[in-house]
Amino acid sequence: MGAVVGTLTMQTKQRRRPSRDKIDDELEMTMVCHRPEGLEQLEAQTNFTKRELQILYRGFKNECPSGVVDEETFKHIYAQFFPHGDASTYAHYLFNAFDTTNNGSIKFEEFVMGLSTLLRGTMREKLEWTFHLYDINNDGYINREEMTEIVRAIYDMMGKYTYPALKGDVPKQHVDAFFQKMDKNKAGVVTLEEFIVACQEDEMMMRSMQLFENVM
Amino acid sequence: MAAGVATWMPFARAAAVGWLPLAQKTMPKPPVDKKSRSDEILFVNVSGLRFQTWKNTLDRYPDTLLGSSEKEFFYNEETQEYFFDRDPEMFRHILNFFRTGKLHYPRHECIQAFEEELAFYGIIPEIIGDCCMEEYRDRKKENQERLAEDTEAENAGDAPLPPDATLRERLWRAFENPHTSTMALVFYYVTGFFIAVSVIANVVETVPCRPIKGSIKDLPCGEKFSVAFSCLDTACVLIFSFEYLMRLYAAPSRCDFARSVMSVIDVVAILPFYIGLVMPENEEVSGAFVTLRVFRVFRIFKFSRHSQGLRILGCTLQACASELGFLLFSLTMAVIIFATVMFYAEKGTKGTTFSSIPASFWYTIVTMTTLGYGDMVPDSIAGKIFGSICSLSGVLVIALPVPVIVSNFARIYHQNQRADKMRAQQKVRQARIRMAKKGATNAFLQHKEDGGLQDGDSDSTPLCVKNRSAFEHQHHHLLHCLEKTTNHEFTDEVTYSEVCVTDSVGFRTSRSTSLSSQQGATTTCCSRRAKRRAFRLANSTVSVSRGSVQELDTLHITKTPAGTQYPQSRSSLNARTEDLKLNCADYTAAIISIPTPPANTPDESLPNSPAIPGILRNSRSSTYNTQETVKISSL
Repeated sequence: MGAVVGTLTMQTKQRRRPSRDKIDDELEMTMVCHRPEGLEQLEAQTNFTKRELQILYRGFKNECPSGVVDEETFKHIYAQFFPHGDASTYAHYLFNAFDTTNNGSIKFEEFVMGLSTLLRGTMREKLEWTFHLYDINNDGYINREEMTEIVRAIYDMMGKYTYPALKGDVPKQHVDAFFQKMDKNKAGVVTLEEFIVACQEDEMMMRSMQLFENVM
Repeated sequence: MAAGVATWMPFARAAAVGWLPLAQKTMPKPPVDKKSRSDEILFVNVSGLRFQTWKNTLDRYPDTLLGSSEKEFFYNEETQEYFFDRDPEMFRHILNFFRTGKLHYPRHECIQAFEEELAFYGIIPEIIGDCCMEEYRDRKKENQERLAEDTEAENAGDAPLPPDATLRERLWRAFENPHTSTMALVFYYVTGFFIAVSVIANVVETVPCRPIKGSIKDLPCGEKFSVAFSCLDTACVLIFSFEYLMRLYAAPSRCDFARSVMSVIDVVAILPFYIGLVMPENEEVSGAFVTLRVFRVFRIFKFSRHSQGLRILGCTLQACASELGFLLFSLTMAVIIFATVMFYAEKGTKGTTFSSIPASFWYTIVTMTTLGYGDMVPDSIAGKIFGSICSLSGVLVIALPVPVIVSNFARIYHQNQRADKMRAQQKVRQARIRMAKKGATNAFLQHKEDGGLQDGDSDSTPLCVKNRSAFEHQHHHLLHCLEKTTNHEFTDEVTYSEVCVTDSVGFRTSRSTSLSSQQGATTTCCSRRAKRRAFRLANSTVSVSRGSVQELDTLHITKTPAGTQYPQSRSSLNARTEDLKLNCADYTAAIISIPTPPANTPDESLPNSPAIPGILRNSRSSTYNTQETVKISSL
């Protein structure tokens, strides 16, 4: 019976310790609440009108009352658009592309600036943004590994059930085709200038870029 | 799809810019947004209480009343507002659902009133958030039980049997539900009576009766009236055996019945008699035989068929088994400890009753349960000291677990109920998520089949595409872009496994069979489904996956509330239209994918594939709409 009492007391001791840490964590979480800069400033920095910014912010604030998006929420949102496959890897790279300050969360300003570049920016700006998306380690070059990662992530979004079925190393073939097109000097990496030049030569891509103009 | 996701749609489409350099084909044209996208504030008047909200907020859920064009029916031109003659208090919750995406259940409201409001506004109750779901379900169950109490007793087991029920089924019904027929009731009471008689006879036959003339010793009645008692016993056993055999015959699953508790009790009740018949009149064996008669008392457990209370008690004990086990274990530990101590303490005393440790067990138990018979008493001082410690600790050891068992019983009981509820809810939730995912996939595949992805002039849009919201248009365009980027197409599970099979079997043979089966395609959807089943028998390996999808479909159908009609079904989750379209889409997608072989023989397949989609599209479009669009989609 003494043993029973002994084990009971030991258990209560163990449970008391983590609760104090939890309180601190909770306090910290409620403090993180971000407010964006004023509407005029954002209007000046981006290519959106005031009304569009208002609509965007209302939606953003509704989804993320704390004012920032963390990676998990981001992945969750993206996964809802692509229920067939696994969108988490691509969402991760996308998150890094939007998170210009690299602090693990996207504020409304970063979000809106990214959107402004993608939707209302010049062709060069869009291509630069895409280059930064592909350049995972931000060293100014896209090498084969980075490209393979990105392409694999995109194919992951398709999921398993595709037609024709994904046989063999389809991503690798895709990457080879890409490098053939982009890497003019066969250096094994693609620089920003090579990328922009190659894209501008590609009629098909230019036409596709035009299509995404009026998404708002 | 969740509401808030609509907010992120522009972002997802913008992010698609990242796919463009990789795309091997041109991107499709984005859907044209016909109406102006400026946001405005709407006024909603609910029985005099005015609410205002952004139009966008309501548009988040296009398959509800407020989110669809159905609200135009309630628009009041003079006052420029939407007027609803409904409960304004409830409307608050409905509107909060649109705003926050979570539906909460107001605890002070009547559950039926709440459900009626939800049904009016086109919101399905499954959307209720986790915080309120348990309360909602509990209240709903309570309500249903309350209403069903009167009707249940008549309906639940007493639904009339189908007229062609076999004798076995009828017998089983009679045994399980004695209220169904008078014969069953009579049988029920007769067996009850005989159980009572048998138990009373067992008790009475040990009572001492007045001795027969010429003898002084008191005889137990059993021996005095041995003939009478043995006749009674035989009669009871015969009836019990007859009942058991009848039950065994009528049981739908004899193995399960034989293993059930009640049947074991029945067998144990009648076995001693038969063993007695079989055994010879031997001196040594008859001693054991007498012991066997003790088992006759188990006949009293047969009453549990007649008494609900006994069954509940049995369930309780079963549920509390671990707690009872703990009590027993701790008692045993204490008994052993104290018995040992008492034995060694009393060892020195002369003529002590504590002759061995097992003998001391009796003393310890009697002391710990505070019975204190006094047949064994310690004499030495050490013994008395330890004896008092024993009695004190006995009170503690026994008094502690008992309230714990009592409260544990309540907790375990509720927990079991909740665990079952959660499991059922989980299954439903998983199924719902799967269906939503499939719905999204199949909506897109359906969209493809409807020719919604035409790159040419979009003037002649098929009728069934009209009901799609702007959000769905954009989402489908996004998925189409992804297809073009990767140069692969989305299909569903069924088609994918079919393609795998045909690839392994050799697509030429399957193509010829599919061609031949297609020439005679008729116009109705159901006959096509039947054809698909026939086709499937040829490729029998994939029938299992279809079966599981069918199950999900039927599960889905049963969840459809009675009110929604087939063509006007708003809610995407209980869409019967979608379900039927799902089958057709699978079918048409299946047929289209099989004849087109991979890239090596494109020429060969070209003449064939227009014919097949052509036949199918013509037939389907004549059922659904008046448009005839022939399109080669997969090449």
